[in-house]
Amino acid sequence: MTPSLLHPGLILILGGFLYPLLKQPFRSLWALLLPLAALLLVWLIPDGHFLSLSFMGYNLQPMVLDSLSRLFITVFSLMTFAGVLFCYKQAGLTELSAALVYAGAAIGVTLAGDLLTLFIFWEFMALASTLVIWSAKNKKSWHAGMRYISMHLLGGVILMVGICAYTNETGNILFTAMHPDSFSTWLILIGFLVNVAAPPFSAWLPDAYPEASFSGMVFLSAFTTKTAVYVLLRGFPGTELLIYIGLFMIFYGIIYALLENDMRRILAYSIVNQVGFMVCGIGIGTELALNGAAAHAFTHIIYKALLLMSAGSVLYMTGKRKCSDLGGLFQTMPLTCLCGVIGALSISAFPLTSGFVSKSMMTQAAGSEHMLMVWLLLQAASAGVFLHAGIKFPWFVFFQKDSGLRPGEPPLNMRLAMIFFAVLCIVIGIIPGVFYQMLPYTIDYVPYTADHVVLQLHLLLFAGLAFFVMLPMMQRTLTISLDFDWFYRVFLFRIWSAVLAGTRFLQRLLQGLRQLLVPVLLGQIIRFCGQRGLLVRDVQTGIVVLLAVLFLMAYMLFYLING
Amino acid sequence: MNESDKHWLYRTTSRRTLWITGIAILIVTVISELFIKTHSHFAITGFFAFHAGFGFITCVAMVLFAKLLGFLVKRRDDYYDS
Repeated sequence: MTPSLLHPGLILILGGFLYPLLKQPFRSLWALLLPLAALLLVWLIPDGHFLSLSFMGYNLQPMVLDSLSRLFITVFSLMTFAGVLFCYKQAGLTELSAALVYAGAAIGVTLAGDLLTLFIFWEFMALASTLVIWSAKNKKSWHAGMRYISMHLLGGVILMVGICAYTNETGNILFTAMHPDSFSTWLILIGFLVNVAAPPFSAWLPDAYPEASFSGMVFLSAFTTKTAVYVLLRGFPGTELLIYIGLFMIFYGIIYALLENDMRRILAYSIVNQVGFMVCGIGIGTELALNGAAAHAFTHIIYKALLLMSAGSVLYMTGKRKCSDLGGLFQTMPLTCLCGVIGALSISAFPLTSGFVSKSMMTQAAGSEHMLMVWLLLQAASAGVFLHAGIKFPWFVFFQKDSGLRPGEPPLNMRLAMIFFAVLCIVIGIIPGVFYQMLPYTIDYVPYTADHVVLQLHLLLFAGLAFFVMLPMMQRTLTISLDFDWFYRVFLFRIWSAVLAGTRFLQRLLQGLRQLLVPVLLGQIIRFCGQRGLLVRDVQTGIVVLLAVLFLMAYMLFYLING
Repeated sequence: MNESDKHWLYRTTSRRTLWITGIAILIVTVISELFIKTHSHFAITGFFAFHAGFGFITCVAMVLFAKLLGFLVKRRDDYYDS
């Protein structure tokens, strides 16, 4: 069998279904080898489209490989491997099985050359990721999962309607670049934007992801939003609207993360923020910007997973997730702290880390296109990332006050996964050449120039100064921040409660009327139709004979008169 | 807990040292701009220490904005539980 006949996504999906049926130690080995097999395959298969199918007269292309899809599948596979390594001893069967299916579905979306295949894997992803959330097995995760799946099924319906309309309009089901200039393409774009956590759908992400288990969120952070970035890259490059959506997401993520007390919700808002950079880059649409968006998706998956592994390790070892309960953990969890700091420096795009070599491409693209406002906002946002994630997360979790907690380092497999991704963050940051060769467009971009490094340090270090100067205003409080989800968690609930109250009032009104009217009506019915009622009263035979004689006489009388 | 029992990062004297070191690093990085040739896409962003000032001011603005928004949107963390 040639490698091109094997679908890397299906391997992970089928492998995920088989996973719970296997016995240890093969089960863990199986879970670790599956993503490596997908990685190997994607580098053995050449560019092109394979496994063509015909369905209802349409030509489906479930496996199209090029440099962009290979880049995303590579990072999805690496992520799955590191995620499994992080939790194969600690996570439950359902969670790991669902995570493998989830990763496979994400790869399936990435390989899809037509919209129907894309949609099928898209929905698989929604179902599997919900199972990952539910695997935390508590009431909060159950409710969060229900809200999550409702939002994603809604997005799926919008996408499906868009795909049907698009196919009907164009007679084409292949997934190619399009413009939001018709009903169908708008619906497809909205369907994609739901998954990318764009406004007003941003709230599903910080609502649902932090309710997953300590390891579940590591998987969740990687696939849904990044496959959405991928489909936007392929489907809507250069759509100007995406610049503004991306900028909104960037600042929404920063501001809400600044207000947040839960360490994993801080990182969840930070996902929206980082994806905002990518969406903005896709909107700018030049080759440099698109390369930047793709590169940033790659590096983001790695450093965000690293940050969440670090946060997950703290949650696993302490059972706590609120910044107000944490602090001082660097003393007994130095490795977890170091890995968290490397992740934090990478997300902040510090020189010598992966974020520096990817994010700067998008800012550079805005500059090259002379988009002054966009460039200024992206620079401010870069400083803001250091503020909300780069310093805030490690500071409040590992430093600030001494909480008195003295947890040890997490188990070996968790430490190895963190080390693996921390090393990747640094290696990509120091030697970006190989990484740049994997990007979709061949461009001549040099990240390490003296002025770029120095000016980036200025931006970040003075953002750091602002953090410590403003620290008294940033003390943690036991609060959450209302978001758009308030509308469907509270506002719609209140409307529903009002409707219920209205129906209860109507019910009481009708009950009152019944009590008032029924005795009167019943009395009248009894009067006429009761046992002694006028209409049903027993009539004696003599009276009947008399009546018959009277009728007969009357008849005869009429007959005689009319004679 | 006595000062000497605390980790050195938590001692009052260390805090002062850390602030002085931090500010020294900031000064050195700003001065280093004098010795490199910078290239700016826009005329209004090309002046000395623009990035340093811009990073500081925008971050202060973001913290203040978040604080103000907090008055509007912050609720007790068991808000949805009830």
